[in-house]
Amino acid sequence: MSFFARFAQNRGALVGLIILWAIILMAVLAPVLFPESPWRMVQRPFLPPLAQDGFWLGTDTMGRNVAAGLMHGAWVSLLIGLVSTAVALAIGVPLGAIAGYYGGLVDDALMRFTEFFQTIPNFALAIVLVAIMQPSVTSIVLAIAIVSWPPVARLVRAEFMSLRHREYVEAARLVGQTNTQIILRQILPNTLSPIIVLASLMVATAILLESALSFLGLGDPNVMSWGYMIGAARTVIRQAWWLSFFPGLAILLTVLALNLVGEGLDDALNPKLARER
Amino acid sequence: MNTFDNSTSGTSASTASRSEPEKVPKSATAGDLCGDHSGDPASEPILRIEGLSVALPAGADREYAVEELSYEVSPGEILCVVGESGSGKSMAANTVMGLLPKGVRPVAGRVMFEGEDVLTLDEKRHRALRGKKIGMIFQEPMTALNPLMRIGDQIAEVFEAHGELKGAERQARALELLKEVRLPQPERAIRAYPFELSGGQRQRVMIAMALALEPKLLIADEPTTALDVTTQAQILELIADLQRRHHMAVMFITHDFGVVAEIANRVCVMRHGRIVEIGRRDEVLDNPRHDYTRALIEAIPSDAAPPEREPMAPTPILEVRNLNRVFRSRGGLFKPSREVRALDDVSFTLSRGETIGIVGESGSGKSTLGRCVVRLERPDSGEILLGGEDLSALKGDALRRQRHRVQMVFQDPYASLNPRTRVGMAIAQGPIANGVPRDQALAKADELLELVGLGGSADRFPHEFSGGQRQRIGIARALALDPELIVADEAVSALDVSIQAQVLELLEDLKQRFSLSLLFITHDLRVAAQICDRIIVMQKGRIVEQGSAQEVFTRPQADYTRELLAAIPGRDKTTDDKTTDDKTSKEETSH
Repeated sequence: MSFFARFAQNRGALVGLIILWAIILMAVLAPVLFPESPWRMVQRPFLPPLAQDGFWLGTDTMGRNVAAGLMHGAWVSLLIGLVSTAVALAIGVPLGAIAGYYGGLVDDALMRFTEFFQTIPNFALAIVLVAIMQPSVTSIVLAIAIVSWPPVARLVRAEFMSLRHREYVEAARLVGQTNTQIILRQILPNTLSPIIVLASLMVATAILLESALSFLGLGDPNVMSWGYMIGAARTVIRQAWWLSFFPGLAILLTVLALNLVGEGLDDALNPKLARER
Repeated sequence: MNTFDNSTSGTSASTASRSEPEKVPKSATAGDLCGDHSGDPASEPILRIEGLSVALPAGADREYAVEELSYEVSPGEILCVVGESGSGKSMAANTVMGLLPKGVRPVAGRVMFEGEDVLTLDEKRHRALRGKKIGMIFQEPMTALNPLMRIGDQIAEVFEAHGELKGAERQARALELLKEVRLPQPERAIRAYPFELSGGQRQRVMIAMALALEPKLLIADEPTTALDVTTQAQILELIADLQRRHHMAVMFITHDFGVVAEIANRVCVMRHGRIVEIGRRDEVLDNPRHDYTRALIEAIPSDAAPPEREPMAPTPILEVRNLNRVFRSRGGLFKPSREVRALDDVSFTLSRGETIGIVGESGSGKSTLGRCVVRLERPDSGEILLGGEDLSALKGDALRRQRHRVQMVFQDPYASLNPRTRVGMAIAQGPIANGVPRDQALAKADELLELVGLGGSADRFPHEFSGGQRQRIGIARALALDPELIVADEAVSALDVSIQAQVLELLEDLKQRFSLSLLFITHDLRVAAQICDRIIVMQKGRIVEQGSAQEVFTRPQADYTRELLAAIPGRDKTTDDKTTDDKTSKEETSH
């Protein structure tokens, strides 16, 4: 059975994939459908949804188009989610691989270092980092990456520890492969499936983190994001429900879609599970 | 407790006079596959399988797991179901127990147990049958027991599941059962956790659990495969003894004809889901009617004394001197640290072109020795001289540069190949790591695959090969670096006998062709006798005996070697009967 066929056997994952594609489409089409800046005030404030042509989702407290904000925000959310996950993997995978492969003192040192990050509550650390570095897309991405790599390192370490005594790894040592070759060619390819699954869930967490930071006013002041929209609308939530409802719905769907896709990947990459289905 | 039972063991049970008459002349039912009843009319078969077909899910390699299976088991007899892996030998047992995997279902036939068709029972009544009327023992006693539960509680749980007896009675009965299966120190064992017991002791506990409710039928699925030979002999004797005392019917599933010779009353040989031959043990073993049965019996490594081999020209290639290795487990807060002497002052010499077999049971240190020689393990002290150079002290890059001289063939054909590397590449990786250009290394890999009989399959992944084929790939990989010495660690233990014979043949052939020296580590004396020039017997980290294969077999010096030889199942069946006498006398003393 092909990889996609196994993936598609999980109906939820298929739904997740469709939602994800829709969101990506939103992000890509945003500059085409709304060429103007989403920050521009275009109508009178507090226009409810469907009240006027061209403003299906209404306008916000300053008269900005909610639909435009939502679509431009998709771009920012996805970008931050993907880039910060990539950075987190770039930190976590090598650290975990080295700790798990060599063990002993190296492992102890690296794991104490990892715990140093794990003991501080994620969100608090992210706030501090963004506050120190000045809010910008770069600083947010970095902050999210720095708080989210420890689980990756832990996972990769555990995988390496269990794989490093496999007979094929010992065989590779026997034929004279170097440690680097063994790590990259023998063990790493066999740890990919759990890493991919974890990564898909990390994208979802990163989007939530970014939203939370923006909600607190720590977002990049120059880019429209879903979190910012909810944050700005919180004072008027009883007068204008739609201002927080639509971005909230967007976050919910994105995170849900990513979780479903992650689960589907897990099934598809785990042949044993796939067979029992 | 077994005072009334000092007759001979299962080996000679068929010739001994027994309380229940059995055997009908074979000519009576020779034409009928499922016939050949051994019980008399009075003892109705307790389990009768009639035309059972079990379908596999779509996409499997064949349509039916078993097809038109018919056989029966009567009280007081042991039926051995023999077959190689994939023959469907466990399927009928799993059907009886309702343990079929998802997607696998019976499509035809009946399974009559005490006059009731098991296939039509609902889950509740089926559950009442399991444990109470039918007991089962599994292959792996480690995973079949709950690691977090005391032995006594696990046995008591059997009574609880069937709502029998009260709290204290259950424990008392558990103790009785442990005594019955002859577990040493039953009072202590009942409070023990599974990890505190050895493999054989755990299997005894499993048997106690299976017997708890006095089942009429005992199903044993490869119960001794994971055990050492000496332990296996004891467990077989125990099962035969219990079967006689409780007048149970036993269905014994195994791949080992030696075990069949030891314990069976009747034998059912299976292949590709069909019965090839069924009949009384002696008939099947002595004159098998079917070619497949004959091939299987011939494939058993014979334990006739190996022929005298010419002594090797004494050009030592490997010298091991005073090798020591101690494993220390770090003590925790509440447990003291423990020391295991895996290698205790081990010395031997291997000549160029010679094969030495290192034989021992689990925990004898034989694998540690092999791993020290290839330097996957570092010895605490001692020397490993390969062509005069000491490998034991090397480390880092210096060691890596010497590694190509000693290669290893691993035990598990499924774990020793990277599932994500094409086999050609897996073989070429060694030469590439040693500086051979990629193209050249891949071309050589092709040649080697050709050599081991798998030409043109370099682009395939390991999962596309069978166990025996993978082991051939492992051998090709070991050869890729033109090593001076190959260490084969239980290289054929995971394979079916017929495949085992082929792989051994290949090894022998390659050895001749490349004048390799071979260190062959195995728990199976028969296999060692087949290809080794000399044999080293190890026990608890020490060498207890070494000598030419013929000497060790015919004139064993150490008691332990004699014990090992005596424990080989079915030894008196496959050789001439001359060994029978000392075997039975040994068993009587052990009672």
